Amino acid sequence: MTSIHLSPGQVAASLALVVLAAAISFWQKADLERDIGIATVRSFVQLTAIGYAIKLIFEADTLWLVFALLAVMVVFGALTARSRAKKVPGAFWPLLIALALAGATTLGLVVALGVFEPTARYLVPVGGMVIGNAMTASAVALNRLGDEMAESRPKIEATLALGATAQEAAAPFVRRALRSGMITLVDSTKTTGLIFFPGTMVGMLLAGASPTDAVRLQLILLYALLGSVAIAGLVATALAYRNFFTPAQQLREPGA
Amino acid sequence: MLFELSEVGLTRGDRRVLDSLSATIPAGATAIVGPSGAGKSTLLRLLNRLVDPDAGTVAYRSRPLAEYEPLALRREVSLVPQLPALLEGTVESNLAYAAGLAGKELDPGRCLRLAGLDPDFAGRDVAKLSVGEQQRATLARALAQEPAVLLLDEPTSALDHAARDAIEATLAKLRRELEISIVLVSHDPEQARRLGDWVVKLELGRAIEAGPIEEVMA
Repeated sequence: MTSIHLSPGQVAASLALVVLAAAISFWQKADLERDIGIATVRSFVQLTAIGYAIKLIFEADTLWLVFALLAVMVVFGALTARSRAKKVPGAFWPLLIALALAGATTLGLVVALGVFEPTARYLVPVGGMVIGNAMTASAVALNRLGDEMAESRPKIEATLALGATAQEAAAPFVRRALRSGMITLVDSTKTTGLIFFPGTMVGMLLAGASPTDAVRLQLILLYALLGSVAIAGLVATALAYRNFFTPAQQLREPGA
Repeated sequence: MLFELSEVGLTRGDRRVLDSLSATIPAGATAIVGPSGAGKSTLLRLLNRLVDPDAGTVAYRSRPLAEYEPLALRREVSLVPQLPALLEGTVESNLAYAAGLAGKELDPGRCLRLAGLDPDFAGRDVAKLSVGEQQRATLARALAQEPAVLLLDEPTSALDHAARDAIEATLAKLRRELEISIVLVSHDPEQARRLGDWVVKLELGRAIEAGPIEEVMA
């Protein structure tokens, strides 16, 4: 694959589109100019910082540094997802375990199947995508779970009153939550190539890779993401619903 | 005694829902009466361990409730909530679910008849039933477990007079036909008089009076 080199001037030139976005927001009174400014600065600082971190990790080429970086991503991912799952008591640990398992299983499988070599060059970007998508899916799933459990308290308690276990009483709501966590990626996978070109493929094409290679890598990543999103959603919901119940199979009072 | 409550206390947030409540509930039909917020529904939920007290003890057939396995207890002491809360599906699938949990053979026609519904209701989608029909289907679902005790939380509060009379007639028939005890929460003293042999009066989380209905509600 050939690589392309971009100068800081070229990056600066692309800011013209940011100015356009801010101008549209100002013109249409969408009140997003400040957010656009913050987003631009944050993306610059964060990506530059992670770029240098990745450069160091690539140069050191030791797996311990890769695992340390992925562990930091998992912790920040769980903290970010927790802020979207405010109605779920004790959501941090289920999310942390879900993201760690999704990352470890997905990366472990793609390495074990010989799809990628176990080197920093592959594990860091793929791990970042896997953990990022798992974070979004589990945040959506737990957000939905929190809403469902709050709205359906009478129905859940009526099912418990029949002698159903907490797992049985919560099952329909856990199922719906898992589905909402997964559906976005499933839908975007269905339309990929028709309605939008995914980022990896675009990046590879821009970098001069052959379309066949770009498509193959994109397919591998899409399938890996499907797996990681399913694992993260399943683990997060399967662990988090328990926090709504006491050991005596009673529904906890909200906020208790 | 069926239930004995001794110095039971329960706090939710800043609110003392039950406060040193002591009362006995014999076998037969007991009405729990009192104004809104007196703790009637909470008391009922204590009896099948949907909640546990913070203080005091509740005994069922002379054995502390805490010693009962909650799931087995709930299949024997079945609670019918104030508002019907059926699972998605047909009436029969709801009855089968409840019977399956209790390990009982299901006779849907019998359960529906006991609850005052025509056996044809078995195949009906619960989403298409009226509130009164849903209330009866919820009662039929509890009966599918063949419980020893039925806990009924304001079973007619969402119904008009005709539907209320029909449910009351059904409950009276249940008492005659099944060896079943009923503990009924009601805000209506007249209903308590019609259905209960024993009454427990609550106020601000305490039992202020308990005894045979003809003495307490005289």
